[in-house]
Amino acid sequence: MPHIDLPKDYPGIRSLFVFCHETAVPLCNLVQVLLHDPHPTLTAGERELIASYVSNLNTCKFCTATHSAIAKHQLGSELALVKQVLADPETAPISDKLKALLKIGAKVQLGGKNVTAQDVAIARGKGATDIEIHDTVLIAAAFCMYNRYVDGLATWQPDNEEFYDKMGAQRKREGYTPASINIKLDDQLRTS
Amino acid sequence: MAHIELNNELPGIRGLMAFRPETEAPLNFLAETLLRDDNNTLTRGERELIGAYVSYLNDCFFCQNVHGAMAGHYLSCDINQIDSIKQDFNTSDISDKMKALLSIARSVQKGGKQVTETQIEEARKNGATDIEIHDTVLIAAAFCMFNRYVDGLATWAPQDRDFYTNRAPQRALEGYQSSVYK
Repeated sequence: MPHIDLPKDYPGIRSLFVFCHETAVPLCNLVQVLLHDPHPTLTAGERELIASYVSNLNTCKFCTATHSAIAKHQLGSELALVKQVLADPETAPISDKLKALLKIGAKVQLGGKNVTAQDVAIARGKGATDIEIHDTVLIAAAFCMYNRYVDGLATWQPDNEEFYDKMGAQRKREGYTPASINIKLDDQLRTS
Repeated sequence: MAHIELNNELPGIRGLMAFRPETEAPLNFLAETLLRDDNNTLTRGERELIGAYVSYLNDCFFCQNVHGAMAGHYLSCDINQIDSIKQDFNTSDISDKMKALLSIARSVQKGGKQVTETQIEEARKNGATDIEIHDTVLIAAAFCMFNRYVDGLATWAPQDRDFYTNRAPQRALEGYQSSVYK
């Protein structure tokens, strides 16, 4: 049961966005810029993978399932690939650059000071730019916020693969506006 | 030295924000809403104190000094008093409600699942509302982001703590969105 009186029928962060619209707007703006808006070099799928990878390290079920599904749709891949990345990026079929960025993301999850000059040098050696390194650190840091927000208030996090998959397809189409996010679970199941 | 070439001399998060204005806008909008919006039953000083305390737990020198100075400015106390609250809020001269909220913030810093029913009950018993509990969790979570951002890219921070207290009145007046590059 959630720690505070949240609107029923809205899972995870949605219940918090409906509960408090004032903070929903900047939180949606941030994730839109980080994960959805056009990026000079990182694809939306790569950025979603960083988000779901960090959410998994933080053991946040709702954010992991959500961003894994969005990553799947953005990459045009199978969910199995995303799960493989979450389980072990080193052996997953992704670029060496993304592997190095995920390693930086994992360090950020533990705490900012864990990122070393060597981690950054390795990423650069695999072709990562300063903006890519910057955005990786900020995406990882931001999910250390979103995950704590969702779990810290003990939101409802259903097990429903179809729900997450439909959300993933819709998020790819519509991005992260409060209007497109604040949908009840039952209504999400009726989206295409 | 920062891990990336920022092409500016600004300290802490300000150097990162100047480097990447696209993310500066939502980050400062969030800080402004969480810490400065007056449509809130927690005072600005109380909210800054939560930010300073979590930054202290995350050992982020820049953020704990920026927000410690802001808290001191709003609460009319000096940096030594803020330091003693950060080190042991239970014996400090703050309300029981704030003690309960700082205890929740401390759990959030470790991980969202660390917050217990007992902590929530304790906060409620001391008068905390749902929105205050919500804001405490989100402020604490947000500083787990800001601190990781600032330290994860190894930004530089002025070591003279007067730098932070001197800037606090101006920032209190102008807010987070307009004072970044000054």
